[in-house]
Amino acid sequence: MRFLLDAEQRAFAGSLDAMLTAADTPSVVRDWSRGEHGSGRALWSRVAEAGVFALAVPAAHAGLGPLPVELAVGFVELGRHAVPGPLAETVAAAALLAELADPGPAERLLPALLSGEASATLALDGSYALDGDAATVRLALTAGGLRLAPGHGPVRACLDPARRLTPLTAGGELLSTAPPVEHALTWARLATAAQALGVGLTLLDRTVAHVRRRTQFGVPVGSFQAVKHRLADARTALEFARPLLFGAALTMAPADVAAAKVTACEAAYATARAALQLHGAIGYTAEYDLSLWLARARALRTAWGGPAECRAAVLSGRAARP
Amino acid sequence: MDLTHSPADEAFRAEVRAWLGAHVPSVPLPSLETEEGFAAHRAWEAELAADRWSVVSWPAAYGGRDADIVRWLVFEEEYYAAGAPGRVTQNGINLLAPSLFEHGTPRQRARVLPSMATGEVVWAQAWSEPEAGSDLASLTSRAVRAEGGWLLSGQKTWSSRAAFADRAFGLFRSDPDTPKPHQGLTYLMFGLRAPGVTVRPIGRLDGKPAFAEIFLDEVFVPDEDVIGEPGQGWRIAMSTAGDERGLRLRSPGRFLAAADRLFALWRSRDSPAWAADRVADALIGARAYQLFAYAHASRLLDGGSIGPEASLNKVFWSEYDIALHETALDLLGQEGETADTDWSEGYVFSLAGPIYAGTNEIQRDIVAERLLGLPKGRR
Ligand SMILES: Cc1cc2nc3c(=O)[nH]c(=O)nc-3n(C[C@H](O)[C@H](O)[C@H](O)COP(=O)(O)OP(=O)(O)OC[C@H]3O[C@@H](n4cnc5c(N)ncnc54)[C@H](O)[C@@H]3O)c2cc1C
Repeated sequence: MRFLLDAEQRAFAGSLDAMLTAADTPSVVRDWSRGEHGSGRALWSRVAEAGVFALAVPAAHAGLGPLPVELAVGFVELGRHAVPGPLAETVAAAALLAELADPGPAERLLPALLSGEASATLALDGSYALDGDAATVRLALTAGGLRLAPGHGPVRACLDPARRLTPLTAGGELLSTAPPVEHALTWARLATAAQALGVGLTLLDRTVAHVRRRTQFGVPVGSFQAVKHRLADARTALEFARPLLFGAALTMAPADVAAAKVTACEAAYATARAALQLHGAIGYTAEYDLSLWLARARALRTAWGGPAECRAAVLSGRAARP
Repeated sequence: MDLTHSPADEAFRAEVRAWLGAHVPSVPLPSLETEEGFAAHRAWEAELAADRWSVVSWPAAYGGRDADIVRWLVFEEEYYAAGAPGRVTQNGINLLAPSLFEHGTPRQRARVLPSMATGEVVWAQAWSEPEAGSDLASLTSRAVRAEGGWLLSGQKTWSSRAAFADRAFGLFRSDPDTPKPHQGLTYLMFGLRAPGVTVRPIGRLDGKPAFAEIFLDEVFVPDEDVIGEPGQGWRIAMSTAGDERGLRLRSPGRFLAAADRLFALWRSRDSPAWAADRVADALIGARAYQLFAYAHASRLLDGGSIGPEASLNKVFWSEYDIALHETALDLLGQEGETADTDWSEGYVFSLAGPIYAGTNEIQRDIVAERLLGLPKGRR
C-alpha cells in the first residue's frame, strides 16, 4: 500500500503544466469558442505528443496503456488549464476502439488518434456529441451498435462557449454490433472527473489570489471570515475528491469511477459558485478569464452522467458486493 | 501508487478478524456514557489488552504490537466492521499517550501507559474552562509552586467521561506574568479523586452524563506529574491536538462500517428513492475518507507529517458523521425518535463533532490561513 503519486507521475504533471502554461490556453479557448480551431489543433497535437491519448490504449495497439492513473494525472492538468476540445471523448473512443472484437477499426483509426492528427467525439444514442464540428472521427453508440457517423447536425451554442454540441448524422459504417459501452463510459467518466478536479483547483487558486489582492473596508477581503470559510470548504471538498479519483483509477471499477465523477464534479461546481461570489461583479463577466473555468465546471457536471446517475451507479456497485 | 496491502498486513488483518470474531460481545454493551456502560466498557478494554489488542500501535513494551499507521488503519477497519464497542480509553490513548511518547520521561511512561492500555486507569482531558473554549490560551486555572510539586486551583469543564474516569491531564497557568497568553502554561496530570477535587457530571443533550466539570482547590500534584518542562505546556498540548484532529481520533474504519450499516438499513426499508442520493453520498464519503487516510499514511511512512491538513480531516468527518446519522434517523421515521438505539446514540454523539477537538469554525480558519495562505483576520 503506497497511495501516493510517484516521482515519474509527478514529473509528468509538471511537464504538462509547463507546456500548457506556455501555450496561453485562455486565448486558445476563446478561439475555439468562435469555431476557430487552428490554435486548438496546434495545442491538441502537443497534448498528443505528451502521450495523453495513448494512455487508455494497450501496447497491442501501439498505445502506452492502459495507464488510468497517468491519465487522471494528465487530465487534472488539462482541466487546470481549461484546454478545450473533445478530450475525454477522444480517450473514451480510443479505449473503445482498442477493445472491439474486430481489430480492423482500431488498426484504421487509432494511429491518427494517438498521434494527435485526428480527434474523436463519441455520443451515446440520442445525446449530443461534443465538438462534432471539430472532431475528425465521430462515433455514435446506438442500440444497433457502434457506427462511424457520416457527419453532424447544426452546432448548438452552449453555456460554456468552448463546448460546442452537435447531433450526429444517423447511419454510417457499422463498426461493431456489440461494443463494450461500459468500458468506454468508465474511461470517459474518469477523464471527466480528473478534468473537473483540475478546473476546481484553478478556480480555487485564482480566487485565493483575488481575495488576497482585492481590498475593501481597508483590508484584503480574504481576511474576512465568511470569505475564508467558503474557500476552506472548497479546499476540503477538492481534497477529498482527489483520493477518490486516484483510487478509482487504480480499480477502474465502474462504481468507484462514478463516485469519483460525482464527487469531483460537485466539488468543482461548489468551488465555481464560491469563485463567482468572491470575485464579485468582475467574476460575472465573459471578458475576465475566470469565466472559462466557471462555465466548464457547470458543463462537466452533466457530461457523461450527472450526479443522480453516478450516485445510482455507486449504489448498484455496493449492492453487488456481499 | 497502489492500494493493495502486503501479505504480512493481510495476515495481520486475518488475525484481528479472527480474534474479534471470537470476542466481540454478541449483545451490544450499554452506552459508555452511563455508569453501568462505563464499567462494561472498562472490562472490554481489559479483554482487549489481555491479548494485546487495546493499543496496537504502541511498542510491545507497553502492551502494543508496534503496528505502523497502515496496520493501525487495518485494525480499525476490522474493529468497526465487527461491531466492536466504542473505546472508553480513547482520550488517554489519542491525546495523553502521544504526549508522553514525545515529551514524557521513561519513568512516566512506565507508570502511566500500562494501566491506560488495560483500562484500569481511564483518563479525562481537562483543557477547556468556562471562559476558555475556542480561545483556550486564555485559561486561568493556576498551578502554584509548592514543596516537591504544584498546587492546582480553578475550574475545568466539558471534560468527556470525567464523571466516571480516574485521572485527568490538563493545562494550568504556572506563570501569570507572561506577555503572551500561551506562555507560562504547564501540562500536568492529576487524580480525579484526589483531595481538593470535585467532579460534577453534566448531562449532554439526551441527559446522559457524558462530560463533567472539575473544580480544583489547592490540589497537590508532585513534580513527576508534570509533562515536559514547566511553562512549555502549550507547545506540548498542541503537538498532540494535531493528533486528535488528524487520523487518530476518528478512523475511517468507523465510517466505513457506519455507511455499510446505513446501506443495509436503506435496503431493509425497500430502498426508498428519496434517500438514494444521501445513502450513496454516505458510501462515497466513507470511501473518500478511507483513501484520504491512506494517502496520509503513505506520506507519514515516507517521513512526512500531517500538519494543518489535519483540519481538513476534522471538518470532513464531523460534517459527514452528522449527515450519515440524519439520513439514518429519517429512514427510521418515528423509530428514529426513540433513544437507546445505536442510531440515536450515534446521532447525539455526531452532533458534537463540529464542536469538540477545536470547533469547525476554528478549523476552517486554519485551513484558510495555513493551507490557502489567506491573511489573518481579527480573532
Ligand atoms: C461532547 C463534547 C465533549 C468535549 N470533551 C472535552 C474534553 O474532554 N476536554 C476538554 O477540555 N474539552 C472538551 N470539550 C470542549 C470543547 O473543546 C469546546 O466546546 C470547544 O473548544 C469550543 O469551546 P466552547 O464550547 O467554549 O465554544 P466557544 O469558544 O464559546 O464558541 C462558541 C461559538 O463561537 C464560535 N467561535 C469562537 N471563536 C471564534 C472565532 N475566532 N471565529 C469564528 N467562530 C468562533 C465557535 O466556533 C462556536 O461556534 C467537549 C465538548 C463537547 C461538545
